[in-house]
Amino acid sequence: MPKDSGIGASSKRREDVRFLTGAGNYTDDINIRGQAYVHFLRSDVAHGKINGIDTNAAEAMPGVVRIFTGKDFEGIGGLPCGWQVTDRHGEVMQEPPHPVLAQGKVRHVGDPIAAVVADTAEQARDAVEAIEVDLEELPAVINMKEALKEGATKVHDDLTSNLCYDWGFVEENKGAVEEAIQNAAHVTTLELVNNRLVANPMEPRVAVGDFERGTGNSTLYTTSQNPHVIRLLMGAFVLGIPEHKLRVVAPDVGGGFGTKIFHYAEEAFCTFAAKAINRPVKWTSSRSEAFISDAHGRDHVTKIELALDADNNFTAVRTETHANMGAYLSTFAPSVPTWLHGVLMAGNYKTPNIYVNVKAVFTNTVPVDAYRGAGRPEATYQLERVIDKAARELGVDPIALRRQNFITEFPYDTPVAVTYDTGDYGATMDKLEEMADIAGFAERRRQSEAKGKLRGLGINCYIEACGIAPSNLVGQLGARAGLYESATVRVNATGGLVVMTGSHSHGQGHETAFPQVIAEMIGIDESMIEIVHGDTANTPMGMGTYGSRSLAVGGSAMVRAAEKVINKAKKIAAHLMEASDADIELKDGAFSVAGTDKSVAWGDVCLAAYVPHNYPLEDLEPGLEETAFYDPSNFTYPSGAYACEVEVDPDTGKVTIERMMAADDFGNVVNPMIVSGQVHGGLAQGIGQALLENCVYDENGQLLSASYMDYAMPRASDLPNFEVDHSCATPCTHNPLGVKGCGEAGAIGSPPSVVNAVIDALNSGGKDVPHIDMPMSPARVWAAMNRASATGHGTAEGRSLGGASG
Amino acid sequence: MTSVKMTVNGKSVSGEVEGRTLLVSFLREQAGLTGTHVGCDTSQCGACLVHVNGDAVKSCTMLALEAEGADVATIEGQANADGSLNVIQQAFQDHHGLQCGFCTPGMVMSAAALLKENPKPSESEIRNYLQGNICRCTGYHNIVKAVLAASGQDVGAIAAE
Amino acid sequence: MYNFEFEQPTTVADAVKALSEEDAQALGGGQTLLPTMKQRLAMPSKLVSLTAIDEIKGVKKDGDQLVIGGGTTHGTVAREASADYPGLAGLASKIGDPAVRNRGTMGGSLANNDPSACYPAALLASGGTVVTDRREIAADDYFQGMFTTALEEGEIITAVKLPIPEKSNYQKFEQPASRFPLVGVFVAKYAGGVRVAVTGASNEGVFRWTEAEEALSGDFSASALEGLSASAEGMISDIHGSSEYRAHLIGVMTKRAVTAAA
Repeated sequence: MPKDSGIGASSKRREDVRFLTGAGNYTDDINIRGQAYVHFLRSDVAHGKINGIDTNAAEAMPGVVRIFTGKDFEGIGGLPCGWQVTDRHGEVMQEPPHPVLAQGKVRHVGDPIAAVVADTAEQARDAVEAIEVDLEELPAVINMKEALKEGATKVHDDLTSNLCYDWGFVEENKGAVEEAIQNAAHVTTLELVNNRLVANPMEPRVAVGDFERGTGNSTLYTTSQNPHVIRLLMGAFVLGIPEHKLRVVAPDVGGGFGTKIFHYAEEAFCTFAAKAINRPVKWTSSRSEAFISDAHGRDHVTKIELALDADNNFTAVRTETHANMGAYLSTFAPSVPTWLHGVLMAGNYKTPNIYVNVKAVFTNTVPVDAYRGAGRPEATYQLERVIDKAARELGVDPIALRRQNFITEFPYDTPVAVTYDTGDYGATMDKLEEMADIAGFAERRRQSEAKGKLRGLGINCYIEACGIAPSNLVGQLGARAGLYESATVRVNATGGLVVMTGSHSHGQGHETAFPQVIAEMIGIDESMIEIVHGDTANTPMGMGTYGSRSLAVGGSAMVRAAEKVINKAKKIAAHLMEASDADIELKDGAFSVAGTDKSVAWGDVCLAAYVPHNYPLEDLEPGLEETAFYDPSNFTYPSGAYACEVEVDPDTGKVTIERMMAADDFGNVVNPMIVSGQVHGGLAQGIGQALLENCVYDENGQLLSASYMDYAMPRASDLPNFEVDHSCATPCTHNPLGVKGCGEAGAIGSPPSVVNAVIDALNSGGKDVPHIDMPMSPARVWAAMNRASATGHGTAEGRSLGGASG
Repeated sequence: MTSVKMTVNGKSVSGEVEGRTLLVSFLREQAGLTGTHVGCDTSQCGACLVHVNGDAVKSCTMLALEAEGADVATIEGQANADGSLNVIQQAFQDHHGLQCGFCTPGMVMSAAALLKENPKPSESEIRNYLQGNICRCTGYHNIVKAVLAASGQDVGAIAAE
Repeated sequence: MYNFEFEQPTTVADAVKALSEEDAQALGGGQTLLPTMKQRLAMPSKLVSLTAIDEIKGVKKDGDQLVIGGGTTHGTVAREASADYPGLAGLASKIGDPAVRNRGTMGGSLANNDPSACYPAALLASGGTVVTDRREIAADDYFQGMFTTALEEGEIITAVKLPIPEKSNYQKFEQPASRFPLVGVFVAKYAGGVRVAVTGASNEGVFRWTEAEEALSGDFSASALEGLSASAEGMISDIHGSSEYRAHLIGVMTKRAVTAAA
């Protein structure tokens, strides 16, 4: 019987009621009396020198309050980067300044040059058009390999080149990897592109800055996954506002997927301008503006080599990746191709020798940073594609080849610096094979062929490092922040609880799932527990929600705080029952003395804490409220096996997903309904990457996929029903809940299975197509099929920008 | 400025608008009904979907003045008279058909329009009808399930997970 | 959007009068014009909404042709043309999405002549006639290249007359993002011959594929198209597909339309 409450129950989401009735409170729903509106003048060229800005005509436009340019931000900090990578030569990365408004130069289409604050949003936009900018267009660098050539135009004049860093991991492994490749019985090589994507949460970004003259306090309402991080970065590095004078509120947030982690110029601008004009200032992004101002994701070009011995054991993996940083370093950009990517290159396999090289490159494009999965999808994609290619080349079963190389003993130290605590890759593969009905595939293929379609089956595994992360470890790796989480559990006199957590919820259902944990611990009804998050004024420190970390890190902090509360409550109960606190047990919402029938209800203990008439005041403070900070001792390592079945229309190249299956090991699961929903969403984004989504620039740096007219978002009719399972659970060994995280798995695990399936389908139709880059649009699949016999597949040479046009 | 008057969720609402004021702006800023959202500027995402004289319409692609005298229904008017969730809303909660909630108002209004026109839609009819509603969170699986359930049909055909 | 005056006349005569002002522009369902204006790519001083003019709405059969008011929405065409002209109704039922179909009008689509719009293919393949407030224009004379038509300033499409074919079908291969046709082919078989119109593919907008028309006029079957291929010259090439791909799809979609024609 499934449980109906507590850990493991599919409790219905309480937050749904407000969302379903139009009563949500998103940032754009916040309007402060007297607010003015800002519209940004953004560069329409990818690279240019600003020779002058004439705002005279614009100043005279109706409703204009004030016009800001880069001059207003001279002497004010730029947007900081939160991670410093040290390269293979021991040098720190090149780190250019990132001004709030352009200083002298623009470096990508969308780079903000000036900002008009006016009484209405339309007036602000009207006036923006009246600003005259003397902008001298400069040659732009878009293609990463071109950007690294000697003499290439530099995105930042004061850097030595467009190379941000040249990272080798693990540098000491390099020789052994080379030797293993030399001695291999077989080496499979694959060059591929991990296409540039735009996260596209359905809520565009919004910022409302407010300044209270009486107190000198600033408040920013913003669409953020981590308001405390924004408070720290913006307060300390950009505007110089101490944290106690700055409040950041992220109310209901309409999806993030990574792109709302980062500190953006518009947030700093609104906070700054509100003080400057002594009026609240609001900015609401349009979707078109989002495409040129939200950080993009992925955009790697990789060459991977997999070496195998004569028995098909993996002996080495070597990769060379070019990772696009865009024009500036977004908040966590440097960490994505390195520590979130390189450390995962062992995958689920006991490959003894691994070397990863990453060259991070500046180009005249929008900054690139973490997007759902962040580095781990890139790692999984290349590894699972090259394994599939190897299986095809060797004529062996792709599942058997994977199984043969699985890591089977835990904990396992990989050659790329991490220790997997638990896992059972055979179990998830067994489950997947059962779900996928592989035995029935031949018949399904026959039926597809009878309809004139090609059918393919693709499978893959994945592993990810979640629950980010041990602060001391990430500190060594270049993080400029700690990555703990905190929580306060406040018990009210009448027994209800409020949990204030640093983990922001923007679709993940924390308001429902977190109370399930507390309800289980105390044995009370979930409705007695309220979750508060998203406001630096009423929650303790929070590092935020990303990297599938909320329950593993934020939930653990909450458990630790709740344990402190329970321990104190036991002391109070012991006093009330005149027993020793060591003998007190808490069950079903009541404290009892072991071995007796003495019992006192949870509510009575809470009341005693706040009405301490009969209370051990000499030993114990009144009240029942505790805060805990939790810093994990390791990452968590969710893993799984995915399968996809596609039909390909040989006449048009159109790919249809017929079946999509995911067998995941997330460790313990608190709310299976929510977990399944997280996987569904990840699968849709992974399928979107594999088949539809592509962020494309032309050679001049104009964004060609700048709206939903050209950036293909997955729709209901593009997707199948999903079959997901998370019954294969090997609980995490180092956090109190044994949870691993589930937010990114679907997006990490699905792209390779889709591509593997399409390649399988084409090969079944006699088309010798070893690889097609994502997104596998009908045009690309058709082209690959029709060029297959003549030219084979192209190399990554000609497509050094993720998903160059065509 | 021109005055405009319409009925929204059964109540008369009027205001002064510019020619360029969109219906969605009027609803959000003048009628105070912020449940209707704006997720794109190319009429594709459907977060702004409302009913105008009974028809599903994207309120970001209609001028407020075009709704003069119209009967407009938004998400705020969908719950039962006693405030409880209506059948479609309840199905969305029961089947986890929403996550961040931003596309949800449009999704619910779209589902309502579908079920009015086609009370027992098949799964593929639901998927096709929702062409103009983009959700980034759910992968649509549970939305389709919710709409099927709201129509009183068995959702068993859709995988239990 | 830039601001503008808004007018909503209830008769064609009043609309024509309102449109005689400089920089006045007609507003049909607004499903293309309003998004364009949101991007500030158009700045009419006045918008004249045609949606309150009842005389230009509706679908009716007139002998062997279907007469559709210029202000008729796609949704209405999808419902009301289905018995007489299923190919046309099928096309209308797949334009955009349901909400777009509740606002967008046939007249608006034809006046705009987006190279990726669906309706131009139906009008051209039907050999129909555009009726305006001042004259009638044959389909073959109406389309004059991408976003260009024979309409004069302030001229309003009041109706479209479409001869009803014996058999017809529209096949749309969608561009993955916009869901507009990457290639759309409308095939209409009349007693006097077959007409094939292609949209989405050409830099010149909708066009007739005359080689296919000849082949199909002799033998209305997909096999009659074997060996026939559209030229890639002049076809659109963009991030969604090369000109060769579009040319290839013309052949595929034409065959499918012929096979599905009813």
